[in-house]
Order: sequence, then C-alpha cells, then structure tokens
Amino acid sequence: MKLTLKVWRQTSAKSRGKLVEYAAPDVSPDMSFLEMLDVVNEGLIAKGEEPIAFDHDCREGICGACSLMIDGEAHGPENLTTTCQLHMRKFNDGDTITIEPFRARAFPVIKDLVVDRAPFDRIIAAGGYVSVSTGSAPDGNAIPIPKDDAETAMDAAQCIGCGACVAACKNASAALFVSAKIAHLATLPQGRVEREARALSMLAQADHEGFGGCTNTNACEAACPKGISVSFIAQANREYLRAVVKKA
Amino acid sequence: MKLDAKIPSGPLASKWVRHRSEVKLVNPANKRKLSVIVVGTGLAGASAAASLAELGFAVKAFCFQDSPRRAHSIAAQGGINAAKNYQNDGDSVHRLFYDTIKGGDFRSREANVHRLAEVSGAIIDQCVAQGVPFARDYGGFLANRSFGGAQVSRTFYARGQTGQQLLLGAYQALERMIAAGSVQMFSRHEMLELVVVNGHCKGIIARDLVTGALERHAADAVVLGTGGYANVFFLSTNAKASNVTAIWRAHKKGAAFANPCYTQIHPTCIPVAGEHQSKLTLMSESLRNDGRVWVPKNAEDRTKAPRQIAESDRDYYLERKYPSYGNLAPRDIASRGAKQVCDEGRGVGPGGLGVYLDFANAISRLGEATIKERYGNLFEMYERITGEDAYKVPMRIFPAVHYTMGGLWVDYNLMSSIEGLHVIGEANFSDHGANRLGASALMQGLADGYFVLPYTIGAYLAGSKAPRPDVTHPAFAEAEAAARAQLDRLLAIRGKRTVLSYHRELGKILWNECGMARNKAGLEKALRAIPPLRAEFWENLNVLGSGAELNQSLEYAGRVADFMEFAELLCQDALHREESCGGHFREEHQTEDGEATRDDERFAYVAAWEYGGPGKSTLHKEPLVYEEVKMATRSYK
Repeated sequence: MKLTLKVWRQTSAKSRGKLVEYAAPDVSPDMSFLEMLDVVNEGLIAKGEEPIAFDHDCREGICGACSLMIDGEAHGPENLTTTCQLHMRKFNDGDTITIEPFRARAFPVIKDLVVDRAPFDRIIAAGGYVSVSTGSAPDGNAIPIPKDDAETAMDAAQCIGCGACVAACKNASAALFVSAKIAHLATLPQGRVEREARALSMLAQADHEGFGGCTNTNACEAACPKGISVSFIAQANREYLRAVVKKA
Repeated sequence: MKLDAKIPSGPLASKWVRHRSEVKLVNPANKRKLSVIVVGTGLAGASAAASLAELGFAVKAFCFQDSPRRAHSIAAQGGINAAKNYQNDGDSVHRLFYDTIKGGDFRSREANVHRLAEVSGAIIDQCVAQGVPFARDYGGFLANRSFGGAQVSRTFYARGQTGQQLLLGAYQALERMIAAGSVQMFSRHEMLELVVVNGHCKGIIARDLVTGALERHAADAVVLGTGGYANVFFLSTNAKASNVTAIWRAHKKGAAFANPCYTQIHPTCIPVAGEHQSKLTLMSESLRNDGRVWVPKNAEDRTKAPRQIAESDRDYYLERKYPSYGNLAPRDIASRGAKQVCDEGRGVGPGGLGVYLDFANAISRLGEATIKERYGNLFEMYERITGEDAYKVPMRIFPAVHYTMGGLWVDYNLMSSIEGLHVIGEANFSDHGANRLGASALMQGLADGYFVLPYTIGAYLAGSKAPRPDVTHPAFAEAEAAARAQLDRLLAIRGKRTVLSYHRELGKILWNECGMARNKAGLEKALRAIPPLRAEFWENLNVLGSGAELNQSLEYAGRVADFMEFAELLCQDALHREESCGGHFREEHQTEDGEATRDDERFAYVAAWEYGGPGKSTLHKEPLVYEEVKMATRSYK
C-alpha cells in the first residue's frame, strides 16, 4: 500500500505546531498502525530528520498509552479498537491519513503526538479507590456479590485511561472516564462506604483540571476502545445527586 | 562476593510465620523519617509503594510511563493463583507450593516458594476488598479456573484482564497514598544509575524524560520492581519499553545477577506476520482449558484448510504425549512440543511456524455463548490482529518469549547482594526456578509488594547503621556524571544505523541460538557475534535530537545499549548450564523421546554472576538445599 500521512509536528509544549506531509510508500496491510509509524520513523532517521514522537507501550490494547486522532477520530476508524491494534488492512491503497494528538485544554501537548494525561491520575487520587490498607481485608468470599453486579462493575472497571473519551468530546469532558470509576466502585459493596465522598471529590477534581461538562452527545462511548457505556455517566450523576442531597 | 540466602531455620511450614514475628521492627515514630525509593509501578512496585507508605515510610515512586497505571503487569490476561481451596478439590498451601516447585523444575528456593504459597490467599482477600471485580458464580462467590501445571482449580480471574484489574487495584492504593502525601510520584522518569555509598544502596539518578534533566534522589533503601528482560529477544510479548536497564545498572554496581538463562517461551502467541513485526501478542494460556492443540499428521496436509483435514489425520500431540495433563501441560513442555512438530515440517500458516488451537469441540459441547463469555475478548483480539474468526476456524498459535525467571539475586528478605537494595517481582529470581507456572507471576508480584517486602525491609532499615547521605555526596556526583557521559556518548555517534535495527539484529541472534532449544555450538556462535555487534552499535548508531527534551530514540538507545551487554551474560549462563531444566533446554541433554534431562548432581544451584566487565562475569553458586521436597524427574505424562 502507498499512503500519504499528514502528521502533527510540535517540538515542545511552548512551540507552535503544524501538519507535515510524509510519504509512506511501502505499507503492508498486516502492519498495525504503530508499526506503520515505526517504518516511517526509520525512514526519517535515515534522512537525518527527527522521528515522530508518540506514546505507546504494550501494543496489545490494554495499557492505554497509545492515543492519536486518526482522520479526526480518536484511535481511528475501527470500533472498539485502540490505535495499537488498528491494522492497515482497514485502510485503502492511496489513502491520505491525518494524524493529530488528542486535543483538550487539560491534555497539553508535550511533543508531536505526545500529550500529558496526568490529570487522569489526579482524578483517581481524588477518590477513585477503596480506602483499605494492606492486611485489613476479610476473606474474599465473606461478602457474596451477585454475579450481575460483578459483571457490571467489570464493564466499568475495564477502562484503560487512554483519554479517547475526552478527545472525542466537543466539550473535552472527562465524564466517561470519571463515571466509569465512580460506577465501578459504587456497584460493589466494598466501594459503597465512601460513595458520596468519592463522587463529590472526583467530579470536583475533573472540573478543577479544566475538563468540560457533559452534554450527552455520547461521542465518548462511540470513541471508547473498550466500549464503556454512557449509562455509567447516568449512574455517576445519580451518585452525585445522592451525595449532594445526603450532604444537605 | 558472599551469598547468604538467610533462610530461617526450623521446619519449612513455620519458617515464614516465625521470621515474620522475629524480624526487626522500625519504631513507628522513626518510619516517617525513613525514606524508600521504589522504581517501577507494576504489581510489585505499586503494591510495595502503597503498602510501605501505609506503614508510614516516606516513599518516592518512579515509572518511565506517563502514568503508574500503565506498567506491563496490566497486560496479564489469565489469572492469579491462590491456595484458597474454594473448589474443595484438595488444594492446600502445600499443594500450591509443591506445584510451583515442580513447575519450576526444582530450581527455585524452597523456603521462598513456600512463603509465596502461604501468602497467596491474603492477596485475593486484599484485592477483593479493593474492589477488584473477580469473576463470580451465580451464588455470588468467587469463581476459579484451571491453569497449566496444576490439577486443581485455583486460578482467580477477571475476564481476560486479570492483570489489568489487579494492577488498577494496586495503582488506586498507590494514588490514595499519593493524595495522602505519603508517596511522591515521578512519572516519565527513568532510573539510569544506582547510587552506592560505602557498600549501601542509598539513592538513584533518574532522568526526567520530558525535560531531559538528570535528578539525584537519596533514600534509606531502594526497591527495584522493574520487571523482566524478555525484550532482549527484540520480539516478545512484553511492552515495547520493558527493559533490563535498572537491574543491569544495579548489577554493574555490584548486585549479583541470578540465572539469566531461565527465560520462558509462552506456547500460545499469535504467530509472526512479517519483517515489520514489532511485538508478539499473547493469547492467554487459559484458552488451553477448552482449546485443543493439533497439527496435521502428514506434512503434505499443512496447507489444506483446517476443517478439510479429517479427524483421523490430525495429531493432537499434547494429548497424545501427556495423557494426564494433555493440553494443560506446562508452558515449556507445550512450547517445545510446538517447535518439534514445526521442525518436522508439520507446522501451519505462513512459514510453517504455527500450530492450531481448536475450539470446535468446546463450542459443540458448551455452545458458542459459553466460549464467548469465557474468552470473548481474546477471540476479538485475535480477529483484530489476524483478520480471522476463531469461532469458525482454529486459531494459529506459536511460542514467543514471554517472561524471564532469572533476575537479580535476592536473599530471603528480598535484598540483593548490595546492602539496602531490594528487588521484587519479575526483576528478582527467587520463586519460579527454571520455569514459571501460569497465573503465578501476578501472585508473586503482589506477594512481594503487599505481604513480604513490607515486613522484610524492616530487617535492613531497623538494623542498618548506614545513614542516608545528602545528594551533594560525591557518590551522587559520580553516578550522575556516569549517566550523563553515556547519554552524551550515544548522541555524539551520529552514525548510519537506527537503534531499532540493532535491537532487531541482537534479538535474532538470541532467538536463533539461545531460544527454545540451545546447544554448545550455537551459544558459542552467539557469544562470538554479540561483542562485534555491540562494538558496531557504539560506532555506527544514529540518535538524532538532544538530551534536553523528550527524546524517545535516546531512551531506547540506552536500553538497547544495556541489552547488548546483558545478552552476553545470558548466553554465557546458558552455555555453562550443561543440563536441561524448565525453560532452559540444552539439546545435548535430552532423553530419546526428546524430554529434558536435568542434572541435579552438578547443577542443583542458583548461578549468581558477579559483574567484571562485558563477558567477564564471575560465577558464584548458591546450592539449592531442599529440606522437605525430594527432587524428582518432572513428569506430566
């Protein structure tokens, strides 16, 4: 396959970036998208040009490090697929592909396609946990949990923290990310003890980081490589309301 | 170098309980004055950092990823073992201990493995309390599945994302301590040097990967939980940035490196598609519960569509050779089985490097819905990568490097041969011997971090008279200068070849000569090939950009530079160990029907290497003395 790439290049957080065009003349349909970028980078280095910086690590769709807006879509055109698992057989010979970083005020660009997603860590630190110190747990089977609840919790808990939901949202809202954690823990008895404080502090932290509000466009669910449902946003809203009412 | 494993005396089953009650405690008022550096935030590092902070120590945690949640533990799919005996199928601490020792081919340290089995149950309790959504049955109780090398069902799981859920549990515990101010987190920071003052490890030099600045961090003790070195083979199931750098640079400062040749080749990975391949993807071993492994009986059938090959023309070779364990034979045995049938010309798929993993029987027995519930995400992943639907055609699988049992030598307290330097998780050597059983890596990482190190580090911290130095100490200046010199040197070469091309070439040497099967001639060939390749690397490498910015090529170059040195030690260790055990298969040492032959007379020891320059390491031996278990020939027939 012969492709043309338009890639966002930006040397640092403070510099201005621009789209730069590169030819990718020898792409195999069996390559992953990131393997295609590897090949382009090898060619750039050979020509004495600095390679394109992008975040990636596990390359099996679970670490959440990879990102990229590919032709305007977070993680590209394939549903339920991270960029690292997107394969070139999904594109056509002769295509021009535009590659940009995830864009959100709360995710500043560090270099080229690399953005800073540390706000997500701070949102978890604000309350996305059960306060149980090592050693104080009862037997694992002490509290039976209905299978359906465990499955629902898992549906929410499988968020990989990639930020696609934010990138896809016109408001750059982190609602899906935040609510997935609130819902995961509120669905389980272990997490209910701190449910009110958690909902209030995590949502407050998200606002503080500069993420926008949710206006129910559902773009986040469509972009989420793990298919996290927007119904968790509704659940988190109920958790929030519950907390506000209880507090008052 | 004197290696004292410090194994407590007394009967095996009571060693840990007694040691735990007798190990020195740090006065609570002193804990906050004591600081601990934890490098790596995978299962071992994150659980250790959180637990140490809960105890009151001032912790600094480091990871090179943009977030501690992304460490490669996250990719573990299948599950975590624990001797809960919830299934009432006869499991016990002793049985888990024995299975792990036997699975490791009697090359692990008995007392460590027993301790691992003892704390396994508490790990499950802890994770459940954190909100890890383990699979449950309809009564609401925890579900289990079977894994290779065991005849009981003791593996706990969260769909095919067990590692992710356990890591997020540990990560959330860590974030809780960060919010409490007890842990200072340094993401996008890579440890480049260890700082040793008067024989005690008292700090690290870390590079801020965004600004390129070198930073000095001092502490009372240092913990490395930096994972394994499978990427020395270039293609492996590890994440791209997984590396040997932290433990290799610690080794160069005096930490003994144990059993580097014990590498695990995982039998169920998606085969290589072409030269562009950047990593290999594992399909969880749990698939072998319901999938049957086969190849055509006749080599001429290998290009036929699998469904056109009659049942009588198929060779279910694992079921044939190992009737009692069948498709659940341990990883090393299953991998060699695949290599053998491919060597015989019966392999399937491109290049004949693949075997079938077939779910047709299970689907007709249990229905597609059940298979989907158990392995849905794995089937999806397979389809994304290969474009094939495994509900309709059998998966093609082939072995790939997956885990490394070797690592820095540690004593019973998880302290290396450098005072104050502790090593946990995959980065140490102690629990898996020559082969790790499935679902035991998660168990060991969390055992070390939650329930072992928080006790044993007290033995050093409470007893040590070595004070924490200031970062102005000359040892820090020296270590920082060494780190800077290496970075400058890498940037100054401006040669013709990329880091990736060297890494790939090194990996090919290792896979061909030191992979699934090894022999003297091949290993000697590798040992002749590595030094010139390393020399060329340092003369002809091309790293662009500067050291004062985010420079991914520079990070990668540093890691490959260390692989170039480490590879030689790996081959040297493989050459010296003239026996076959676990993942280390020497072709000279096998029975007539191709089974591994161990040599307990000559090799029942841990090979701990002391650094003396590339290719000039000195061997020290820690004899493996078994007090309770009798070394036996491993049989899964």
